[in-house]
Amino acid sequence: MNSTLGSPANIIGILFSVILVSALLIWVERRLLAVWQDRLGPNRVGPFGLMQVMADMIKMFFKEDWIPSFTDRWVFVLAPTIVFITMLTGFAVIPFAPGVGIIDFNFGLLYFLALTSLSVYSIVLAGYASNNKYALLGGLRAAAQTVSYEVFMGISIMGVVMLAGTFNLREIVEAQRDGWFIGPQFLGFLIFLIAAIAESRRAPLDLPEAEQELVAGFHLEYSGMKFGMFFVGEYLGITLSSAVIVTLFFGGWLGPGLPPLVWFCLKTSIGIMFFILLRGALPRPRYDQLMRFGWKVLLPAGLLNLLLTGAIVLSLHG
Amino acid sequence: MNTHLEANTSVSDIMQELSGQAAIGDFTVQQTQDDIFTLWICRHQLLQTLQYLKYQTSSPYQMLFDLTAIDERQRTHRQQLPDSDFTLVYHLLSFVRNEDIRLKVALKESDLSAPTITNLWPSANWYEREVWDMFGIVFTGHPHLKRIIMPPNWQGHPLRKDHYARATEVEPFSLSDEQEEIEQDALRFVPEDWGMRRHSENSDFMFLNLGPNHPSAHGVFRIALQLDGEEIIDALPDIGYHHRGAEKMGERQSWHSYIPYTDRVEYLGGSMNNLPYVLAVEKLAGITVPERAQVIRVMICELYRLASHLLFYGTFAQDVGQMTPIFYTFIDREKVFDIMEMISGARMHSSFFRIGGVAMDLPRGWEKPIREFVDYLPARLDHYDKLVMQNTTLKRRTQGVGMYTTEEAIDWGITGPGLRATGLAWDYRKARPYSGYENYDFDIPTGNNGDCYDRCAVRVEEMRQSVRIIRQCLDNMPTGPYKAEHPLTTPPPKDHTLHDIETLIQHFLNVSWGPVIPAGEASVTIEATKGLNAYYLTSDGGTLSYRTRIRTPSFAHLQMIPQMCKGMMVADLVSILASIDYVMSDVDR
Repeated sequence: MNSTLGSPANIIGILFSVILVSALLIWVERRLLAVWQDRLGPNRVGPFGLMQVMADMIKMFFKEDWIPSFTDRWVFVLAPTIVFITMLTGFAVIPFAPGVGIIDFNFGLLYFLALTSLSVYSIVLAGYASNNKYALLGGLRAAAQTVSYEVFMGISIMGVVMLAGTFNLREIVEAQRDGWFIGPQFLGFLIFLIAAIAESRRAPLDLPEAEQELVAGFHLEYSGMKFGMFFVGEYLGITLSSAVIVTLFFGGWLGPGLPPLVWFCLKTSIGIMFFILLRGALPRPRYDQLMRFGWKVLLPAGLLNLLLTGAIVLSLHG
Repeated sequence: MNTHLEANTSVSDIMQELSGQAAIGDFTVQQTQDDIFTLWICRHQLLQTLQYLKYQTSSPYQMLFDLTAIDERQRTHRQQLPDSDFTLVYHLLSFVRNEDIRLKVALKESDLSAPTITNLWPSANWYEREVWDMFGIVFTGHPHLKRIIMPPNWQGHPLRKDHYARATEVEPFSLSDEQEEIEQDALRFVPEDWGMRRHSENSDFMFLNLGPNHPSAHGVFRIALQLDGEEIIDALPDIGYHHRGAEKMGERQSWHSYIPYTDRVEYLGGSMNNLPYVLAVEKLAGITVPERAQVIRVMICELYRLASHLLFYGTFAQDVGQMTPIFYTFIDREKVFDIMEMISGARMHSSFFRIGGVAMDLPRGWEKPIREFVDYLPARLDHYDKLVMQNTTLKRRTQGVGMYTTEEAIDWGITGPGLRATGLAWDYRKARPYSGYENYDFDIPTGNNGDCYDRCAVRVEEMRQSVRIIRQCLDNMPTGPYKAEHPLTTPPPKDHTLHDIETLIQHFLNVSWGPVIPAGEASVTIEATKGLNAYYLTSDGGTLSYRTRIRTPSFAHLQMIPQMCKGMMVADLVSILASIDYVMSDVDR
């Protein structure tokens, strides 16, 4: 196995910038939604309301750290840390630019899939430990939704793997020098995008928390910084999904003129904004409709994509 | 039998018909100020008469429009009426005949009971519970005769004349810890009380308490759900958390000072709530409202219909999980409130209508903002069509969900857009025009399936029709007085008061004591934002109302929820609740 670890400066730099970006996303999302909804959004604290992030964080840190008496105490505390840690460690394999990245190893893509799968435990355990009926329903929905959409996510990226001939994310980016995989793998991209929204439990596929139905679903009993962990975990999930989408389908750091790192950040930001736009625009499907759509539409489409890509790759390289 | 009845052909038709029915026996006809045929029957004839009117007569009275009671023990003006301590009032509505009938049953204080009619109309269930709750009249054979509006441990029956009306009439309220325990315990939902089982053969059911504090319950409304996984086996709506005793207040406020209370009954409809009330008082007083006042009233009502429907539209999309439309519709709704602020000075609760007209004339330059608004709104509505109504996910969430047929709707007392969504083109403004609605050109939008989607589509189209009506008001606003020249107009036209002593005295009396409205009874119904809203007023010839009955559409609509959501998912229930478009203040009053 060929793996290289980045320098300590690299690791610390990436860790901090990822957390900072995720925290800033709170402000970005609120401002962007406000613009699209004819509102102002938070614009009072600091220039353009930028310090709103700080205000929110101070508020969350100083809120009473309350654990309801009826909960399963240890699991209740453990649950929010899982989503935070898995999402954060997921960034380890992201190739930000040549020379910028934490670890470069051959099964990077599988590592990403494994970590996103682990994050569902956070939601299921939170739903279970809260000992609340709404939270339980949220946890159940999350289990079914995430486990199913993981399958489609895995299948959807196999086309990319076939074209690039590797699971190594850096090599996948390099393989896109002659053209991004969004063209030949458009179907795979669509499936991956939908699965990524479902995996990160973002509106419109936020069924586990579905405010209008389950009030807040799995994190109903959480407050203070434990809630904050779920909150930041969600933004980390969006950032990670956008980064992987950029890596797999939009040529990663590749681009003319600008430095590679700038290209990567630019593309990832557009991906993030697209996630936010989706939240503002679309209604939420019903739970059974989401499952039916996954197994009856996404799965056959993913398999078809796999077959076609395989056939084309074979006929070209015979 | 009294026969001094006006020569109204259809009314004498049903009278002739009923006289010929041996089983129904004798009845007494009462003269009322509205044109509703009112007859007194004996308690033991009640079921047969209602059965005859619903099933046997050639053009039946299909809907139980209202069921209420009056405590008659302190009423003085009861000429030629049968002796009664408590009177039950059954108000039926016939779509075929396009007329109503009112049946009254006299009860003695010593024997306050009547047979239940829940077998004839399922909607009678809640109405009978309300009458029991408020008056203590027992309905024999009723499946669940429990308190519905008041707390389960309440002592007494509030709408009885001997029940106190103000907190100052009794000892200051206190709640000890033990008493609080008892009260909390009484609120606990026990499935067995409602005939619900805790287990089926294969699974244990989960009982989920949705509300009274839930984002999609639209107010303080609680539904106890019996769930198998996420599938709803049964539901039990629990109302009464928003009860403010609006009907009892009607007996304590002068005819004039009650107007602002009506605004708050259905608080999204604003001044539209004033309309059935002032129309009923005007009917009792015999006031004819000048044309300009009528057009102003229609225009304001349609503006409030727009405000209410816009709020509905946004929240409907939001409850299906779409975040953005509510912000757009709120911006439009804000423009309606700006117009209302310009006209009346208030926004949501303008209380602009008066007995005999409106509070004041329209301000100078009133046309411009209204015309700008009606020119602006249709394009916005087209935009929302693309955003909401044509969205496939929204269609999947709402089409075929919460369906009912026209027959079911009528049986359950569903009115307004919820009834028209089933395909019945019946709008009170067209069927029995009031306040000059016969002069306007507008269509009645209908749906086909009676599902959530159709209920929304009907309201969206109604907004376009409201815009049409407002345009016609703008183009044809008559000149002339905005208040009737009548001694009971309150307050009377001011310009005469400084010239002749009669109007000065009238003015003084009307604003200090309040107007003295002649004894009588009148009920006026209007097509309100959410369905048919009626005020049934009984005057005993004083400055206060003897009985103010408010028939609200939402009360009937909520009763149908269990019927609509059985076998559906929790997410469907949220769509259903959103599509009903209710306000809890309108339910509990």
